[in-house]
Amino acid sequence: MPAIQLEKLVKRYGNVEVLHGIDLQMADHEFTVLVGPSGCGKSTTLRMIAGLEDVSDGEIYIDGKPVKHLEPKARDLAMVFQDYALYPHMNVAKNISFALRLQRRPKAEIDAKVRDVAEMVGLTEFLHRKPGELSGGQRQRVAMARALAKDSALFLFDEPLSNLDAKLRGQMRAELALMSQRVQKNMIYVTHDQIEAMTLADRIVVMHGGYIQQQGTPEELFKRPANKFVAGFLGTPPMNFLDCEVVDEGGAMHAVGKGFRLRLPADKAAAINAHSGRDVTLGIRPSDLTFDADAARDSALNLRTVVSEYIGAQSVLLCECGGAKVMVEINSEKPVALGSELRFAVNPTGIHLFDRQTEAVI
Amino acid sequence: MKTANRLTPYMFMAPAALIMAIALLYPLGYMVWGSFRDWNPSQTIGEAEFVGLKNYITLWGDPNFRESLGVTLRFAFFVVTFEMVIGVGLALLLDRNIRGMSVLRTLFILPMMIAPVVVGLMWRYMYHPTVGTFNRTLDGLGLGKIDWLGQHALTSVIIADIWQWTPFIFILALAALQSLPRSALEAARIDGATAWQQVWHIKLPLMMPVLIVTGLLRLIDAFKVLEVILVMTEGGPGLSTEILALRISRTATEFRELGVAAAMSNYLLILLLGLTLAMFAFTRWQEARARRVRAAAEEDL
Repeated sequence: MPAIQLEKLVKRYGNVEVLHGIDLQMADHEFTVLVGPSGCGKSTTLRMIAGLEDVSDGEIYIDGKPVKHLEPKARDLAMVFQDYALYPHMNVAKNISFALRLQRRPKAEIDAKVRDVAEMVGLTEFLHRKPGELSGGQRQRVAMARALAKDSALFLFDEPLSNLDAKLRGQMRAELALMSQRVQKNMIYVTHDQIEAMTLADRIVVMHGGYIQQQGTPEELFKRPANKFVAGFLGTPPMNFLDCEVVDEGGAMHAVGKGFRLRLPADKAAAINAHSGRDVTLGIRPSDLTFDADAARDSALNLRTVVSEYIGAQSVLLCECGGAKVMVEINSEKPVALGSELRFAVNPTGIHLFDRQTEAVI
Repeated sequence: MKTANRLTPYMFMAPAALIMAIALLYPLGYMVWGSFRDWNPSQTIGEAEFVGLKNYITLWGDPNFRESLGVTLRFAFFVVTFEMVIGVGLALLLDRNIRGMSVLRTLFILPMMIAPVVVGLMWRYMYHPTVGTFNRTLDGLGLGKIDWLGQHALTSVIIADIWQWTPFIFILALAALQSLPRSALEAARIDGATAWQQVWHIKLPLMMPVLIVTGLLRLIDAFKVLEVILVMTEGGPGLSTEILALRISRTATEFRELGVAAAMSNYLLILLLGLTLAMFAFTRWQEARARRVRAAAEEDL
């Protein structure tokens, strides 16, 4: 039985529909990440699960029970907010124990719980501070501790790391991953940061424009994106897109565009055949291009190198191909000449084709 | 050039300072000076005899003054207590998106905008023993009439003041409520707080700084109230509604004892000064705490 199920979930504000029938099932003990650009409906979905937003249509099931009409407190869940949402007038211990105190648990039990949780997130020495006296990272930990103390079956995270600086964010992300392994609960995590999504998720749900674009493990989504949006959204640097046409040349299908003529892999022949002569978009990740001057003409792109961005072990080459921009990831130890036209071999398993109209994968 | 720059702010402040000196400090000094004299309106202040602290001491032994002070304190206490409870309660109830809310809010703050004399007249008519709205309604319902401005004068005056000034607390409390962090309230809902518990554990504590300052402001105002009561009861019957401001004005005009009136004003001034200082100290203490908190947070970064 799935722990959480969304059934044709719809959200309207007045006449504007922002979520168009979301169907989603989350298995028990799964870490699900809802990811997408601002305004895609991911936070709204999460807030509807939490009970902070009304459901316009559809139903939410937690453990098989419909919960649409239940108050947040009846849904047995804990939530970590983007701005932490700590109670400014209570010290850390009071913040963590608020839910338990409302439940009138025995004092000894509350104290023990606060101690345990504070130790788990490294807050023991700050229990008597008020939130205003803590740094951003520490406040984040308090928010986490408060959620943990509740012992709920379901954890909701609403962009919990987006107010932290880059270094701290990386550190908290690692701690969060560790924590999720340790506590073994259902977690739903909303973020616009695809790196957070990729590193934390058991299952990623990519949302855009109020629809689910695709869901699956991080690897599935990275390797087999269902459409151009997902392909472009996941992965850094992002996937390159080149307009082209599918042409049949002597029995072999080729993607033909400005400045390239790429032979397409035979295993996709059937699907590609149907698009013969149609406008498509070719997608190639920067990591699927390698500098190789001896590569065959029909399995490589000729790119004019413009700029090299040094990142560390890797560099990103900004190149140009028939007026379109193409990024290539190269090993920084093997630099290439800038300002010249070079040949880059294309990894045949890294070729993605998208229908230009529907943007669906071919 | 440098000196000019340093003096610039004082130059800009000079006109205001001058007006303050003429309109505030001069009469204040005059009053303090006059309070040490046995002075009636037919004399210039120079002709009046210097009597030292006699006016202050006499007042302290004067049962009428004490009665008046007691009335003032009772009035201020009840008025501010009820206004705070009702104002904050209304704000808590109306802090939501209901259709026509903005109209309702405007209606709520109307009483505050009516001139005090008009308020006094209006309530005097409504309290009228035979033709007033209240007694006619009570009569119509078959209940007995109430002697509003007679036996229950202080209560009636307090009701009128509550009607006029609750809106002040209401709008400030509403503003405080609407600036509360929304997500903290949402977190409280998820933590399992009922509506009451949210009010008690989250909303009220977070509104407290605003409420304390608002309450002190109202208290200061309540000590100075004059027109409404003057119009409604003229301090009567007997001394039952004679608040200090009224007694001061009567002492000066009816009893023709300017020195005593000045001494009485000074007592009131000291009382208000104490309240103002309390309010000032409270905001200073809050700012200091905020600074300390910030400093502590920065230390840990």
